[in-house]
Amino acid sequence: MTASRALRPVGESLATVALGLVAGGLLVWAFGYPPLAAYRALFVGAFGTRADVLETLAFATPLMLTALTFAVGVRAGLFNIGAEGQMYLGAIGATLVAGMIPLPAGVHLVAATLAGMVAGAVWSLVPAVLKAWRGAHEVISTIMCNWIALHLSMYLAVNFLAEPGRAERTVPALPSARYPVLSEESTLTAVLFVAVAFALSVYAYLWGTRAGYELRLAGENPEAARYAGVRPGRVVTLSFVIGGLAAGLAGASQVIGRPPAWSLYATLGNVATLGFDGIGVALVGRNHPVGGILAALLFGALAQGGRLMEYEVGVLSELVRALNGIIVFALAAPALWGLLRRRVAS
Amino acid sequence: MKGWLWALVVLAALAAAAPALDRVGLPPASLLETGLLAMTPLALAAVGECLNEKAGLVNIGLEGIFAISATVGVWFAEAGRSGYAGLAGGAVVGALLGLLLGAVSVYGRADQVIAGMGLNLFALGFVPFLLISLWAFPGIHVFPNELMVPRLATPLGQVSPVTLAAVVVALLAHWVLHHTVLGFRIRAVGEKPEAVDVAGLRVDRLRLLTATVGGALAGLGGAFLPLGWFGALVKEISAGRGFIALACVVFAGLEPSLALGAALLFGLADGFASAVAVTPGVKERVPFYFVAMIPYVVTLAVVAAVIGRRRFPSTVGRPYARE
Repeated sequence: MTASRALRPVGESLATVALGLVAGGLLVWAFGYPPLAAYRALFVGAFGTRADVLETLAFATPLMLTALTFAVGVRAGLFNIGAEGQMYLGAIGATLVAGMIPLPAGVHLVAATLAGMVAGAVWSLVPAVLKAWRGAHEVISTIMCNWIALHLSMYLAVNFLAEPGRAERTVPALPSARYPVLSEESTLTAVLFVAVAFALSVYAYLWGTRAGYELRLAGENPEAARYAGVRPGRVVTLSFVIGGLAAGLAGASQVIGRPPAWSLYATLGNVATLGFDGIGVALVGRNHPVGGILAALLFGALAQGGRLMEYEVGVLSELVRALNGIIVFALAAPALWGLLRRRVAS
Repeated sequence: MKGWLWALVVLAALAAAAPALDRVGLPPASLLETGLLAMTPLALAAVGECLNEKAGLVNIGLEGIFAISATVGVWFAEAGRSGYAGLAGGAVVGALLGLLLGAVSVYGRADQVIAGMGLNLFALGFVPFLLISLWAFPGIHVFPNELMVPRLATPLGQVSPVTLAAVVVALLAHWVLHHTVLGFRIRAVGEKPEAVDVAGLRVDRLRLLTATVGGALAGLGGAFLPLGWFGALVKEISAGRGFIALACVVFAGLEPSLALGAALLFGLADGFASAVAVTPGVKERVPFYFVAMIPYVVTLAVVAAVIGRRRFPSTVGRPYARE
């Protein structure tokens, strides 16, 4: 009984993903592409060779982090959809330290990583403070902060961080600030381990410390939390800062942990939408840091496989993002699942 | 009343700033013209969402409805060889999306914020996919100029008929909400759905109605973006406007007439940004990136400064189930 209860969310997540894939297949078919060939390419692209599997891991790395941003928000009872903007500024922070400030090897890598994380966390303070101090709705304020961050980051990238003679991107990270490439056949670097370690330490923090317990209590039962003396402003700020650190690390990982560019494109094209993608990852991962890691592998596979699907069948890889939306939409309605279970049981 | 006061103060400040704007090469008349264009989609979506939230539902997916109905609207305009066909198509698609979201909220007892975000995320991938599937070109589509909804010459400058429609819709919504039986029921179903249920009325149908009307208005606003304003389609066409419309709703405390005022305020900020970005002598001095931030900064500031904690219907965002 307890085992089946524990497995139920996993089953629901997988069922929703399957539902999203079916709906996506219908879309592909409706627009005149062959759905089976598209999904075959998607699968082969993600898992066909060793290099593809490693590339899937490379795509999963930032997603497990931006998923963490959303998940920690939900755990505290907040809809923090600001990972996108925090991630942009994380990429900017990492680029600044990695590309412009020469430091000794070892120190440099750590400094660039921390710069990205801190930049993301600082940006997350804007909606955090507005929420705690003014009660401003975090959905609106985080989206506004995302757009402001987009233009601010492009401004900084073009005016202060541009590579001389190459206006389309920033200065590349100096070799001393690059994560080691794990295998020459893919773009996977050791930043994957940092991402996993960060997610696990957030897990340990939320489930193993008093502050983490208070955060989860405030999310699950605000009344009880207030009665127990938990200060809501503190919870809001804490959850936003953890989320900002994660999103900042996600942005940094695409600059100092992703060959061949080792830099940020002036259009932010190599990081754009990673923050939004994390929402679906978090929900499929049941807003749990470990669940997020597993779900990120799945979405990483979709992202990597989508490239072959676009190349072979002509279905735009952005369709994968539409699948993400369908999956989120389906996961939002728990009653649908209850209905389904009753059907199956009877 | 406080909201009206605020709006008046801001508008008075803007009027006072007009001569100064004129001196730096930003004629207030053209600012107002762009401001009214920018107001239109915000007002339509915000008024619809006011009704929706009065009835106890929340639609965070306005942004996605904007983007999808803008794209589909252009397709309808090309198919029907008329901008009005496009507006109608956009409204129908918006209504269907609103109904879908409403049904998932009412019958699926969904978490409405997550379902709405799902719609936004879907649009983020679906719109680029549509652009390339329909017109075989990535990210942008320019349609023939004849498909633009023609603007009317008025004392306020060139005004789109859709703008006038938005004003009428806002006033109409105010009248329905406060002076008709239907409006009374909508408000009741948001505050005390169990009372509405006991009175023998269908809670689900009332909520589906407002969700559909809200979706249709947002869809009209979305189709207006390319067909009444920009003259082209880009994949980021909604650019956060769905969320600015939500800010209007919160600012207005769910009153449609106030939402119109809020939409004008945010529209002027948007129009100001567009004007600065193209005015010679100004655009060289201010980096474009900062100009582009203006609407978002204004929204953030207003959300932080005015709103605080407004009172919402007691069941907003929560599904209703009989005990």
